[in-house]
Amino acid sequence: MNYEKSNMMIKVKSVNKWYGKIQVLNDCSLNVSKGEVIVVCGPSGSGKSSLIKTINGLEPVNSGEIIVSGISVTDKSTNLDQMRSKIGMVFQNFELFPHMNVTENIKLGQTKVLRRTNEEAEQKAQALLERVDLTEHAHKYPSQLSGGQQQRVAIARGLAMEPMAMLFDEPTSALDPEMINEVLDVMVKLAKEGMTMMVVTHEMGFARKVADRVVFMDYGKIIEDAPSQDFFGSPRSDRAQEFLSKVLNH
Amino acid sequence: MNYNWDWGILFRDPYLGWMIGALGWTIVISILAWIIAFSLGSLLGIFRTSSKKSLRLIATCYVELFRNIPLLVQIFLWYFVFPEFLTDEWSRWVKRDMPYPALTTAVVAIGLYTASRVCEQVRSGIKAVGEDQRQAGRAIGMTEVQVYRFVLLPNAYRIILPPLTSEFLTIFKNSSLALTIGVIELTAMTRQIEEYTFQGFEAFTAATIIYSLVTFTVMALMQQIDKRTALPGSFSKGAS
Amino acid sequence: MFELDFSVIVIPANSSLLWEGIKMTFLLAGLAIVGGLILGTFLALLRIAKIPILSQISAAYVNFFRSLPLILVIFWFFFLVPLIVGRPVGAFTSVLVAFILFEAAYYSEIIRAGINSVRLGQLAAARAIGLTYIQSMRYVVLPQAFRAMTPILLTQAIILFQDTALVYVVGLRDFLVSAEIIANRDQRLVEMFLFVALVYFVLCFTASMGVKYYQKRINNEL
Repeated sequence: MNYEKSNMMIKVKSVNKWYGKIQVLNDCSLNVSKGEVIVVCGPSGSGKSSLIKTINGLEPVNSGEIIVSGISVTDKSTNLDQMRSKIGMVFQNFELFPHMNVTENIKLGQTKVLRRTNEEAEQKAQALLERVDLTEHAHKYPSQLSGGQQQRVAIARGLAMEPMAMLFDEPTSALDPEMINEVLDVMVKLAKEGMTMMVVTHEMGFARKVADRVVFMDYGKIIEDAPSQDFFGSPRSDRAQEFLSKVLNH
Repeated sequence: MNYNWDWGILFRDPYLGWMIGALGWTIVISILAWIIAFSLGSLLGIFRTSSKKSLRLIATCYVELFRNIPLLVQIFLWYFVFPEFLTDEWSRWVKRDMPYPALTTAVVAIGLYTASRVCEQVRSGIKAVGEDQRQAGRAIGMTEVQVYRFVLLPNAYRIILPPLTSEFLTIFKNSSLALTIGVIELTAMTRQIEEYTFQGFEAFTAATIIYSLVTFTVMALMQQIDKRTALPGSFSKGAS
Repeated sequence: MFELDFSVIVIPANSSLLWEGIKMTFLLAGLAIVGGLILGTFLALLRIAKIPILSQISAAYVNFFRSLPLILVIFWFFFLVPLIVGRPVGAFTSVLVAFILFEAAYYSEIIRAGINSVRLGQLAAARAIGLTYIQSMRYVVLPQAFRAMTPILLTQAIILFQDTALVYVVGLRDFLVSAEIIANRDQRLVEMFLFVALVYFVLCFTASMGVKYYQKRINNEL
């Protein structure tokens, strides 16, 4: 195990991944330090979602190495369940558990994975619901909430595990426009509190506001990995320029 | 049509008692076979969708084997063939000494056969819950077993309640196959009454009404349960 | 334990009996599939027609037959058909009638579901470009419905093929009954039943693989 850089949170080293004959990740390497906010963007099908899902081992890789907080995700002997409980993840379609109410959704991982008592979990859930401003919806079922509300619950569910980092896989792309900001606001708050975050998104406003670095991907490759001022100032690659002009001009 | 009607026959001693007793056997076979089919079928359905290739293979082979041989032939295999492959001692036990050999064989055969169908239903239910729900469960650190227990299965069973009801009713109807190895259940009893009294029409009618009534009752009941267990905000699909 | 001896199958008298049996199984299944499909389509069309009494009759028919065990239906017609006709008609005819009437209920549900699976928007779109109801059905809805339901219809045909083994209860000489005759006569129960199971398995497994392949192909086209 490698603890030499104690503030290194996520390290992706020459990762390759294929779906059958299609290569979705092509020699990807990336570092995220503690407290950093990284935005990953790129056209659809560029491999961003695959990349983020390999970091907590939801998607296996064919070669390369991924280390999270000194623990190798790609090592077969690693207890992935334990590791995943320390990394929060937010999905494009929220993926709240439909048969549980909001509070139960936030409690499930706490009681079953972290073995917290029911009272502890309940308290934590309430505190988090307050934080995402959904206290009055504590006993509703996911299908009774708007998309934006569901996504905020999903963020609370991730935070309940007191993760050392949070992964966001296009957290706002399934939302109606008027709901995007309520979710982004929660994320901005989180970033300002110092949470290590890796966010796949097209929300360039969000990236400008809080991202330390922007990673641009295309065809499974990381084309650019630059501090956000540099990226928005003058992206080096044509592809990134073209992409930016598309997502910024509307 | 030249036929002497006598509906009273159904309510006369001993035939009324015979019919009630026979219905009892039909229900016993159905419920016991369902217990096997549901538990084994659920386990196989989990295997079929698991991340382990070997488990998936086991479940696939089971399903293909059991659903591509007619149930009647399977009953004969268990009743006539299977004991011959056992040691003498066990063979004697299966053929004679175990309680109700024919009935037990029918229960096991129908249960194992239907397990393959339940497996497919459970699989389609889990598929319908979706890969993303599985990932969401894994992402908060739950083990694969926990994800099945707390996320996939509760939702899958809710989705497949109507087809599972149909499967139970299929067992109820298929329990009549037990008559081929000598179990006197409801259908066999109508035949027996016909042979004793020549009032086949009345006996068949009675059995027909009983089968229909039980079926419609179970369906109405499950529709209620389906409504009750429906999640708030989602609409009930109703039993098929 | 004992020695398995499958040579009993190839004794000419036996193999020709088995061959007659399997021909009977295929004949019965084939006629029942065709008859069941025709009656089933008719029932499905009645069901979706917007004439309440007709769709109710169709629904009652389907629900009634689906609530009964096939064996009971076979008994019914074995007993009833000669009574109605007024003379013995032989097992084959009565069994065939039972199968057609019984399986039609299942086919009708598949066909109805197939038609319902085509989104209502398709019918509206067809009407919007000026097609009549019949034309919309004929050129837009039914071709899509047929695609969706073909694999399920084929799977039901495999189930029906297996169901024909139930003619055992009235002693019609299909494949299983022929095998059982040999089994009892030559004291080869184990071999004969294993052989029957194997033949059914090979036939049904191959057919179901074919259906799966076909389904994959049409899924790719859609």
